[in-house]
Amino acid sequence: MSLTVPTMAEMMAKGESPEILFWVGCSGSFDDRAKKITKALVKILNNCNVNFAVLGAEESCTGDPAKRAGNEFTFQMQAMMNIQVLDGYEVKKIVTACPHCFNTLKNEYPELGGNYEVIHHTQLIQELINQGKLTLKDGGTFKGKKITFHDPCYLGRANDVYEAPRELIEKLDGELVEMKRCKTNGLCCGAGGAQMFKEAEKGNKEINIERTEEALELKPNIIATGCPFCNTMMTDGVKNFNKEEEVQVLDIAELIATAADL
Amino acid sequence: MISAIFFSVLLVLGFGFFTWNVLKVRNNIRLGRDVQRNDKKAERMKTMLLVAFGQRKMFTRIVPALLHLMIYAAFMITQIELIEIVVDGISGSHRVFKDALGGFYTFLISFIEVLSLLALVATIIFLWRRNLLKLPRLNMSEMKGWPKMDANMILFMEIILVSCIFTMNGADEVMHLAKTGESYGFAVTSTLGPLLFDGMGMETLHTLERIGWWGHIIMVFAFMNYLPYSKHFHIFLAFPNTYYSNLEKKGKFTNMEAVTKEVKLMMDPSADPFAAPVEGADEPQRFGAKDVTDLTWKNLMDSYTCTECGRCTSVCPANITGKLLSPRKIMMDTRDRLEEVGNNIRKHGKDHVDGKSLLGDYITEEEIWACTSCNACVQECPVNIDPLGIIVDLRRFLVMEESKVPTELTGMLTNIENNGAPWQFSQADRLNWANED
Ligand code: SF4
Ligand code: SF4
Repeated sequence: MSLTVPTMAEMMAKGESPEILFWVGCSGSFDDRAKKITKALVKILNNCNVNFAVLGAEESCTGDPAKRAGNEFTFQMQAMMNIQVLDGYEVKKIVTACPHCFNTLKNEYPELGGNYEVIHHTQLIQELINQGKLTLKDGGTFKGKKITFHDPCYLGRANDVYEAPRELIEKLDGELVEMKRCKTNGLCCGAGGAQMFKEAEKGNKEINIERTEEALELKPNIIATGCPFCNTMMTDGVKNFNKEEEVQVLDIAELIATAADL
Repeated sequence: MISAIFFSVLLVLGFGFFTWNVLKVRNNIRLGRDVQRNDKKAERMKTMLLVAFGQRKMFTRIVPALLHLMIYAAFMITQIELIEIVVDGISGSHRVFKDALGGFYTFLISFIEVLSLLALVATIIFLWRRNLLKLPRLNMSEMKGWPKMDANMILFMEIILVSCIFTMNGADEVMHLAKTGESYGFAVTSTLGPLLFDGMGMETLHTLERIGWWGHIIMVFAFMNYLPYSKHFHIFLAFPNTYYSNLEKKGKFTNMEAVTKEVKLMMDPSADPFAAPVEGADEPQRFGAKDVTDLTWKNLMDSYTCTECGRCTSVCPANITGKLLSPRKIMMDTRDRLEEVGNNIRKHGKDHVDGKSLLGDYITEEEIWACTSCNACVQECPVNIDPLGIIVDLRRFLVMEESKVPTELTGMLTNIENNGAPWQFSQADRLNWANED
């Protein structure tokens, strides 16, 4: 199935304006693994005829890693440029598959003049299912599969979104199993706070190994998450234990796209 | 008469010294930068009632929560008895409320006795847990020396205090029995009293009762005046500290207004870069924090409120995996440094520079770069302390004032500035994924 990905500029040229902007994010645009998540989400959006658009080459980093690294200048430059673009297109509502973009756009742009309704893709997918726009097939794809959910810090603790991803997993015909440290007590994957872009400080273990170990104790078939960075960290962790044959690391969007046979 | 005078002097000294210490702490906290925490009064009140008064966050760990609750309840309720002690002490009366309150008095003292007994049990368990069980979070490197002694000291004080209460009521019970043939009917000492003190002479009993009475009140004053020097100050500060909690989403980092002004100037082509600063504009502050005076008053209040319980550190992913960072240590360092700065100001005047700073002399760069900003510490803290806020401000100082950035992060930042992504990909290629298989 080919994807339909209209850009804001194209829409504008046609005199149209979409209901919602899909903020793809740097990871979703450039990282090979994350691009698959991006596409899975677009499949869902296309399937449900959601009137959306992306910024394409006009999108730029939200500035999240700069802000977490303590460089407020770079962050605010990025934010102000993005706000100019977003306001130029009169964007009202944004969906993103990256909790870091989500947090920054939602919480940190308003004080700089950017006010939008921002939702995480798991929330949008949940809405689509609740509205009956998206139906999952009883294909039995996940029958008997154990799925555990790793809470991304910037979705969970940072923004109190715990239920949307879980409700989606529960809609699959698999079984949701929880790690001991979950929801408010979830353990970080190790990527946040700009750690993704540097080596960890000296210690006796990598954080993603600690977290993957905990997930693997449940003997899951799938480790689900809702963040491209968590995905990378958990995927590396699973490889470290040579478990990539038995355990898949998948985004909620990918699970749902599969279950809806898209 | 003599004892009434002695008691009054003790009372005035006790409260006087306490007030002096509290003012010292208040002045120290006011060394911090301003931050607005006066909005949403109803929500703040609710947070305080739930988190401080109701101890809601304690109950994620049920066993210590229950033990702590016993001591907390005993502490709260004993304050009522203290009123009687003060009146008796000044006027020379004995159990002044007994006749007025009648049966309710018996109930009240019984209630206090039962809670005191529970508190005693809890205290002994806490001592055992801290010293023999070697719970990891209570025995990390930052807990060596004074912090460990502080924790034990207060537990011992608690034991002495409760023992005094029981000696006082117990001896009094036996005397009362001998004199009137009637028991006071207090829940614990009506049994414990005769058990311990039966057969003793009136003289001895009276002395014991006085020892208990004076011991109790002296311990209360000692305890009160010890508090401002101890992590146990949290029993007061937990209330304002939770009231002034950050009510924003945890993921939201503060916006730096000073930077916003400059960035707006840079982006506004019509702005006059040489315009004279507005009359009365604040002196430019340094970006981020190097020392405690660069932090907000709330950060500083946090540091005085910290109970050193280590819940934050025990859930910190960096600490769990052996990195140097411990959010509890961040709070303890902040408090220690603040005490030092405050003392310097009192001794040498406001502009004294001692050549030391929070960043560098107390907290190292290695510690603050290990943080993943995961907010686990903030979530976990039973008194709503925010160690992450301090870590971020220290990073801001390093990056924006000192240009001290870990090398890999320099690359990331340059990429964002040059091509709008943390990696070296061209912005023009952002939509390529749509056409790839
Ligand atoms: S926010 Fe930083 S200090 Fe706090 S728990 Fe997470 S990694 Fe540790
Ligand atoms: S910051 Fe909070 S959780 Fe950490 S030691 Fe202090 S009181 Fe305990």
